Amino acid sequence: MNPFDYIRTTDTADAVAVLTERPDAVFLAGGTNLVDHLKLGVTEPGLVVDINGLDLTDIEVLDDSGLRIGAMVRNSDAAADMRVRRDYPMLSRALLSGASGQLRNAASMGGNLLQRTRCVYFQDTSTPCNKREPGSGCSAIGGYTRYHAILGASQDCVATHPSDMAVALAALDATVVVLGPHGERRIPVDELHRLPGEQPERDTILEHGELITALELPPPRAGRSTYRKIRDRASYAFALVSVAATVDVDDSGPKPVIREAAIALGGVAHKPWRARAAEAVLRGAEPNEKTFLQAADAELAAAEPLEGNRFKVQMARGAITTVLTELTGGPESKLDDTTEDAHE
Amino acid sequence: MSDLLATSAIGTRQVRLDGPDKVRGRATYAYEHPVDDPLYLCPLLAMIARGRAATIDTSAAEAADGVVHVLTHENAPALQSTDDAELAILRSPEIGFRGQYLGAVIATTPEQARHAADLITVSYVQEDHDVELREDHPASRPPESGGGDVTVGDVDSALAEAAVSIDQRYSTPMEHNNPMEPHTTIARWDRGELTLWTSTQGVHPTRSTLAPILGLEPDQLRIVSPHVGGGFGSKGVPHADMMLAALAAKAVPGRPVKYAVTRQQMFSITGYRAPTLQHIRLGARADGTITAFAFDAVSMSSQTKEFPEEATKPARMMYAGDNRRLTQRVVPLDVPVPSWMRAPGEAPGMVGIEIAMDELAVASGIDPIELRVRNDPENDPDTGLPFNQRRLVDCLREGAERFGWDERSSQPRTRRDNGWLIGMGVASATYPAGRQPGSVARIRRTSDGYEVAIAAADLGTGTWTALTQVAADSLDVPIEQVELQIGDTDLPNATVAGGSTGLASWSAAVLAAAETFRREHGTDPASGAQSQGEAQANPAAEKFALHSFGAHFAEVRIHAATGEIRVNRMFGMFSAGRIVNPRTARSQFIGGMTMGLGMALHEKGELDPRFGHVVNHDLAEYHVPVNADVAEIEAAWLDEEDPQAGPLGARGIGEIGIVGAAAALANAAYNATGVRVRDLPLFGDAFLPR
Amino acid sequence: MDHPLNLTVDGQEHTLAVDPRTTLLDALRDRLGVMSPKKGCDHGQCGACTVLVDGRRLNSCLALALSHDAAAVTTSDGLATDGELSPLHRAFLEQDAFQCGYCTPGQVCSAAGMLQEAADDAPSVVTEDLEAPVDLTDEEIRERMSGNLCRCGAYVNIVAAVSQAAEESR
Repeated sequence: MNPFDYIRTTDTADAVAVLTERPDAVFLAGGTNLVDHLKLGVTEPGLVVDINGLDLTDIEVLDDSGLRIGAMVRNSDAAADMRVRRDYPMLSRALLSGASGQLRNAASMGGNLLQRTRCVYFQDTSTPCNKREPGSGCSAIGGYTRYHAILGASQDCVATHPSDMAVALAALDATVVVLGPHGERRIPVDELHRLPGEQPERDTILEHGELITALELPPPRAGRSTYRKIRDRASYAFALVSVAATVDVDDSGPKPVIREAAIALGGVAHKPWRARAAEAVLRGAEPNEKTFLQAADAELAAAEPLEGNRFKVQMARGAITTVLTELTGGPESKLDDTTEDAHE
Repeated sequence: MSDLLATSAIGTRQVRLDGPDKVRGRATYAYEHPVDDPLYLCPLLAMIARGRAATIDTSAAEAADGVVHVLTHENAPALQSTDDAELAILRSPEIGFRGQYLGAVIATTPEQARHAADLITVSYVQEDHDVELREDHPASRPPESGGGDVTVGDVDSALAEAAVSIDQRYSTPMEHNNPMEPHTTIARWDRGELTLWTSTQGVHPTRSTLAPILGLEPDQLRIVSPHVGGGFGSKGVPHADMMLAALAAKAVPGRPVKYAVTRQQMFSITGYRAPTLQHIRLGARADGTITAFAFDAVSMSSQTKEFPEEATKPARMMYAGDNRRLTQRVVPLDVPVPSWMRAPGEAPGMVGIEIAMDELAVASGIDPIELRVRNDPENDPDTGLPFNQRRLVDCLREGAERFGWDERSSQPRTRRDNGWLIGMGVASATYPAGRQPGSVARIRRTSDGYEVAIAAADLGTGTWTALTQVAADSLDVPIEQVELQIGDTDLPNATVAGGSTGLASWSAAVLAAAETFRREHGTDPASGAQSQGEAQANPAAEKFALHSFGAHFAEVRIHAATGEIRVNRMFGMFSAGRIVNPRTARSQFIGGMTMGLGMALHEKGELDPRFGHVVNHDLAEYHVPVNADVAEIEAAWLDEEDPQAGPLGARGIGEIGIVGAAAALANAAYNATGVRVRDLPLFGDAFLPR
Repeated sequence: MDHPLNLTVDGQEHTLAVDPRTTLLDALRDRLGVMSPKKGCDHGQCGACTVLVDGRRLNSCLALALSHDAAAVTTSDGLATDGELSPLHRAFLEQDAFQCGYCTPGQVCSAAGMLQEAADDAPSVVTEDLEAPVDLTDEEIRERMSGNLCRCGAYVNIVAAVSQAAEESR
């Protein structure tokens, strides 16, 4: 661990100003990702600016009856907030799916969005990684890729974004409020994170010195929603695949019709993957198994899995259809029966 | 030796005597011994898997803040012996595996040591490495030690003639012990004498290994280890980390040097279970009687030092069969040195054997329990000796009853619940009932009781408590009158806590010491009266095949659409002789089964052949079970005592809990889904619709 | 450059100067000799270092010490009052909820923090009805205690111990 300087600030403008002046400075919020990376040598700042004293810890209802969550609200507090539990259960569940009770007590909302990939090669400074050291090469390609991307990856990087919360926020069409050297701007969560392309070192579109001050959720949507995480362990493990989905079904006609649907996938791409192709299939369709499979397949048609994560395409397909079945109150999935012969 | 000890404390559910300190965090583990003015060590690791470090530039590190010394092969203290290549570190620039020690920084604070180690630059001369295990590897050879091959009858003809046969390949991956307390040492040299406060499963065996290498007489090396934060074999023999701490401390005489191996470093320094490839062929008559049993196993070993993970070991004695062939091979590769991990040999071997038995049951249309009953041998197929107590069938039948085996459908994919497929599986367990000679106990009368001294180890096994119970009954006094002392080479010799031999071996010494004490001092001894006694080899070992047995039952659920696999419940029924402390024994059985759950579902070191190291080398990426993975696990045992085990009537229980557990889960997964997984672990991928 | 740091640990006040790189865990263990919290992985992946900071459970290995200037830290040792084991400690003993004991102080602190979270009706991911009061079933305890690894495999006994402590405090 390189030596670094440390200062604490209680003023957002001051925090931004300090970072703007110091290209080698970083913000420290909950620390659950940054301190890990300081120890691993993944990040080597000259100055750590502790923003835990910033007054960004409120959760308040907006004029449009949406919700504004301060960036320094801890993950556990956001998940336990009754307005979040009641109006955005998908977000609460996504938050509670992440990490552990202890880590959620420390992790901030802003920091959660900005956590970096869990790619083992990114975290290991003894192996090449374009994200950590641009131009050094991607070790994951041809290596251990169980937790890597099947959608939107590039020749230079196949990493995934590890956040559960961000997947729910993408499905919720949440907005990130950012304060930078040139003032405040608002960014849809879906546009905050980038695909790796030729610049995998950039996880987001944020510029150095920009500080997330809040998340804004649009007014609660009609319909049912949930977050489902598929992982190797029953808890305390990153997603292989996760699905955040909200579905609103119109039951008034002779046949039920999906009025609106929003789906985002986690564990499959460099960013929370908004499944717009699937949504397009669902919108206006009858909620049944065939529709759900079509929706999943429409989204996953673009999948380009690696040798070590080919299974994730089928796993995502199963996760999407299972979630949609649950949300539309359908009977137990019979998906397995259609493929029974394949097992024999 | 059929005179069993009369028991009073033994058999009671005594609460752990070290418990109050442990729940508060006041028990002193290696790193926590108070020492004055310590220095901190951070190692320098090889970043190639084979070749040499042409130059090691330590100048920047030496100039860094707080650095007291930088150690490399160029300035490392001499060793008396370099025969053990794992321990003879820093002798040359040669590199045998990635992650090998090339040096160390010793500094005033841990942060300074870590930073300075980063400032060292190494230029490598890299050679092609080979870390890939395969069955037909040209370097494959019989291990230097081990049981040797077995050939009885004519396996090939018997297979050809068999009414039912299976011919399958199984594999177990690289697995890592990962005790929660990392391997940790404080080393201090003082006037030519070395003290190691460390974490070990045997202070005396560790001293016997290290003292000659370091050129010390035994009384010049003291090793202290009263509490050990788990080991599961990895702390059974000393690894290179202890040597690095010792050599570093020698460079700064009088100053204690602290070294806690990091979690990441543990994946290359402190041993692991070597992966195995298992080719098993079984032939049977229509009634399920096995006529041919062929098991060809290959395990990974290291070019640096051989360690054979003998998967074929349990095949020697497990089932009957007139025609048998067992071969064990190792492939030495450019990888870290494998070592003991809970039930070496038995744990991986019983994965292949017990899944194969399940396959044979399916192929022959016989219930898997009944198949095992029909192949239960009268005598040990390996030695021909009678068994001490072979109660495998009792475990299977009693266990089946308690588990509710009759609820199982023999047809896969028939039980489902809300999208989940549910299945049940069974597997046998076995482990040798060993007892080692040579431990010595010293008993001394004090003003208010008896001091019982023996350098045994408690790595969570319950030694502090169970051995106190044994001592109390040996002396025929209440346990409150016994003050046990363990974990220090200043105490009399004790053999290693390994191979499930610890309590049996140390108890033999305590029993001998108590007998001598009473003979010499009577029942009303004067304060200060003292005697000692030594454990002898178990004479029954020459006349009997000494083993414990058990049966594992498991119920799993697998999501039909997502492949997720979760364990509903596990039940283990064991035959292990007399149980010294039912409270701690249950914990040990359950603990072994829980590790078996990890082996079945989660654990796999991902060795990247391009780099030569395990890339998922931490506890976020190498998954061991978490609380939520373990719904319901229960263990029970047959009420029995084993006269052939000696006067205590007890056999070791540290390892049998893991043996067979993974196979039971794999067999349950097959029963749930109809998908036969032969390569551990059982990731959900295997169960996805195709 | 070292910075001043004030910490109250198990009721005792300490003033020291630390390198900014020093974690809360290392400040406790290496600087103050407070050895109750353990180092198992040093990366927030095992929970052995769990302490209560101002009443909330945290991984002390992922916290810079300076971030917690003026904080009140409680370790498992500090949960004992006047040398007497707490009901939670006793439950761990009675249920044999540990073997080697190394993860145990972290488990105890985590359980203490978790019981408070449940008392505050904070849901977990296995809570069926997010808006209902928390019913601390075994499944809930398992999920909420999953941030603390136990390699000895004492989980079923840990659940029993936490359940016992929860019952007793009711």
